[in-house]
Amino acid sequence: MRESIKDKVSIVGTGCTKFAERWDADVEDLIKEAVDEALEDAGIEIKDIQAGWVGTGRGSQQVPMGPPGAHIASAALQTQYIPFTRVDNLCCGGQEAVRGAALGIASRCYDCVLAVGVEKLKDTGYGGLGEAYPGKWEPIYGALGTPPGRYALAATAYFAKYGLSAQEGKRILAEISVKSHYYGMRNPKAHLKREVTVEEAMNAPMICWPLGLYDCCGVTDGASAAVLVPSSEAKAYRDDYVNIKAFSIATGPGFLKEDERYDFTYWKETQEGAKAAYEDAGIKDPRKELSLVELHDAFSIAELIATESMFLCEPGKYKEEFTEKRAYYHDGEMPVNVSGGLKSFGHPIGASGAREIEECVRQLQGRVKEPSRQIANFELGLAHNQGGHPGRFVPGIAIIGRP
Amino acid sequence: MAGIISYGAYVPLYRLSREILAQVWGGKGKGEKAVAGADEDSLTLGVEAARDCLKGFDKSNVDALYFATTTAPYKEKQSASTIAAACDLREEIRAVDVTDSMRSATVALTMAMDAVNSGSARTALVVAADVRLAPPDTPYESLFGDGAAAFLIGNDNMVVEIESSSFITLPFMDYWRLEYDKTIRWWEERLCREEGYIPHMSKAIQDALDQAKLTVADIAKAVIYSPDKSMQRDIVKRFKFNPEAQVQDLMFDSIGHTGCALVPMALVAALEGAKKGDKILTATWGDGADAFVFKVTDKIKKMADRRGIKGYLKSKVSLPTYGKYLHFRDLMEWEHDLFMERRMALAEVWRYRNFYFRFYGVKCTKCGHIMLPHPNYCIYCQADEKFFEQVPMADAKGKLVTYSMDIRSRAIDPPNVLAVVAFDGGGRFFSQMTDRDPDHIEVGMGMEVTFRRIHDALGIHNYFWKCRPVRGE
Repeated sequence: MRESIKDKVSIVGTGCTKFAERWDADVEDLIKEAVDEALEDAGIEIKDIQAGWVGTGRGSQQVPMGPPGAHIASAALQTQYIPFTRVDNLCCGGQEAVRGAALGIASRCYDCVLAVGVEKLKDTGYGGLGEAYPGKWEPIYGALGTPPGRYALAATAYFAKYGLSAQEGKRILAEISVKSHYYGMRNPKAHLKREVTVEEAMNAPMICWPLGLYDCCGVTDGASAAVLVPSSEAKAYRDDYVNIKAFSIATGPGFLKEDERYDFTYWKETQEGAKAAYEDAGIKDPRKELSLVELHDAFSIAELIATESMFLCEPGKYKEEFTEKRAYYHDGEMPVNVSGGLKSFGHPIGASGAREIEECVRQLQGRVKEPSRQIANFELGLAHNQGGHPGRFVPGIAIIGRP
Repeated sequence: MAGIISYGAYVPLYRLSREILAQVWGGKGKGEKAVAGADEDSLTLGVEAARDCLKGFDKSNVDALYFATTTAPYKEKQSASTIAAACDLREEIRAVDVTDSMRSATVALTMAMDAVNSGSARTALVVAADVRLAPPDTPYESLFGDGAAAFLIGNDNMVVEIESSSFITLPFMDYWRLEYDKTIRWWEERLCREEGYIPHMSKAIQDALDQAKLTVADIAKAVIYSPDKSMQRDIVKRFKFNPEAQVQDLMFDSIGHTGCALVPMALVAALEGAKKGDKILTATWGDGADAFVFKVTDKIKKMADRRGIKGYLKSKVSLPTYGKYLHFRDLMEWEHDLFMERRMALAEVWRYRNFYFRFYGVKCTKCGHIMLPHPNYCIYCQADEKFFEQVPMADAKGKLVTYSMDIRSRAIDPPNVLAVVAFDGGGRFFSQMTDRDPDHIEVGMGMEVTFRRIHDALGIHNYFWKCRPVRGE
């Protein structure tokens, strides 16, 4: 009989590097920086860790052999012959690291484990993320299918389905970016710390029609880490520990672009992942029960669609329910990405999922570094990050809350 | 006797105005030339013309394919075999590239007729295409354009019968390219004209007329090859052809000199205006000369649905700058690309050759849905692939579901337009959109597919299909 992970695993320490173009740090430096903070936060030393999971898509550069193994973490931290595993699920890699660690605790094989997500993207010599290596159908069938190119398909489709002119649609997206930059400005560790106006966002240089510069996240280096222990033992570490309430990964079958039923205006995989996570966490009305949603917003349209796909409003009602009500601000009805999101905080691929969990934990503990964005009466936080592209996603959803 | 049973042609979408060339190099510019897209080469132009030619014909009767070009994408590696696959011809055929001469196409035509006459081929396809380049700031740069034509040769239901032919082969040198030359070299034109072109074109034409027992007056249209803008005039004068009524326009002002595809394309243009009984003469120069007299039959009426020259000239996009042209034809040393090296896997292309070359989808016999590319299980009902049957999709038309335009893409001609097309008879295609005007793309617009060069990863010309707004109708 399957058991939910709810209230079996606690997070007792979190850490996060400054997210930026980190010319000063390589992948191992970033791991050390995040893990040092998490260990100090948990009040332990690296020798107390019994197993580790490191989530990364690329390690530090793109080479035909692919990223290195978990040695990037064991060498960085000088762990001594404990199990360390590299996990990867594209942008969901940070979530996978925390999930691997959580399952290690839930199985009771370990008492104290480490999860770290990391990505070093800025040592390649070019902007952007590169292209896919040979695999089934790539890279001739999917040639030049860049992340903005693929996500922008959803923006065009959403505008067309709901009868929005390009200007109307872009305005809704611009409002999201304004909010992301507002919070990035108020987050000491964020990459992009500059507020923008709706007009600036709407008139910014085009990156991939209909997405402009401020609809797209930057390319960022960073790492985030967490220390996990059994909930029954968490109190020994700290009073304000936080419990995992649910953890879902909904790997899609991947042929939605080619599926006549799919119209690109919803993330099917995120819908399925949200349903599973809500069930495990016992959530009936997510908009009422969740205090914060940190979700995958590598592009503004991704935030809009993920919000709808996690049932935080009816499909097509984002403008009414979020934009016009300003519901997504930290003092609004349903705060979303008050960290600045991937958009402004930054999106080092394998780090982002872990970073979102860190934000939820710190919000719940009332320890947000810049108090002006602290959410009052925090109960449940949701961290969502998805790898892949519209039609071929793997989202991870973690829900955390008080014990 | 074998003859032409179908024809087709192709003119790429892009045009370079000669005014733009004049702005760059000085002088006066008249008209424009057709320029192959950044994702086109002689092979893909040939596929387009061949598909136009094969429309409505039983492809299982095609036993041979001859591809005439002087600009084959590979020095070693046949183009005809790729064209055959993209045209969905049977594998049990013979195919060859006929290269290196301005007369490659007319010689290939003769080879195809010989094959049909000998009985070794029921029908034979002749495809001619060129993307020939001349050095910048020369009259030839301005003159040369890109295009293709194709003829299906058979001995039943002929659209065009052959009345006579004559051939001269000479070791004459006038235009050439060395092994690594991208652009042509040439000797003073006067030698070509006085010693080569005029005497030998004259002899070939006279021989063909004599054989057919015809005089100049009997000819409805004369398609007379010209190496440059003006040499044709000497032949027209010498034979006293009526320049307006009898001489087929070589379309230098709208398409340009298309190398060994010039006479085939002009012949298609002549046939588009021809009626039953018309006698058409062609004469071609290069390593000698040849001439043919053709007779048009009443079957010409059946060719009305070819896109041909007329259809493809209906749509065009003008290149805004000379710089764009340099990019399209890769005529400069560009910024070194630090971006990760592109990869591909020949083994994967070979495993799924029916998808990559023939553009086959699969149809699930359990639920009836069409899918491409081929999944291991039905994405609709999860039936195993053993319940799939192959479905050719290259002729399918559809509607645009959604699109995006990547301004910062590494495409040679950004924005790179990503598109999703829903085919009218079922099936979806996630695709790059080519031959598009970025200002005129709309969800719901009519789309078709076209065979293009996707990229050159690992030094391999990687061909596959893209979608494009419907052209030429």
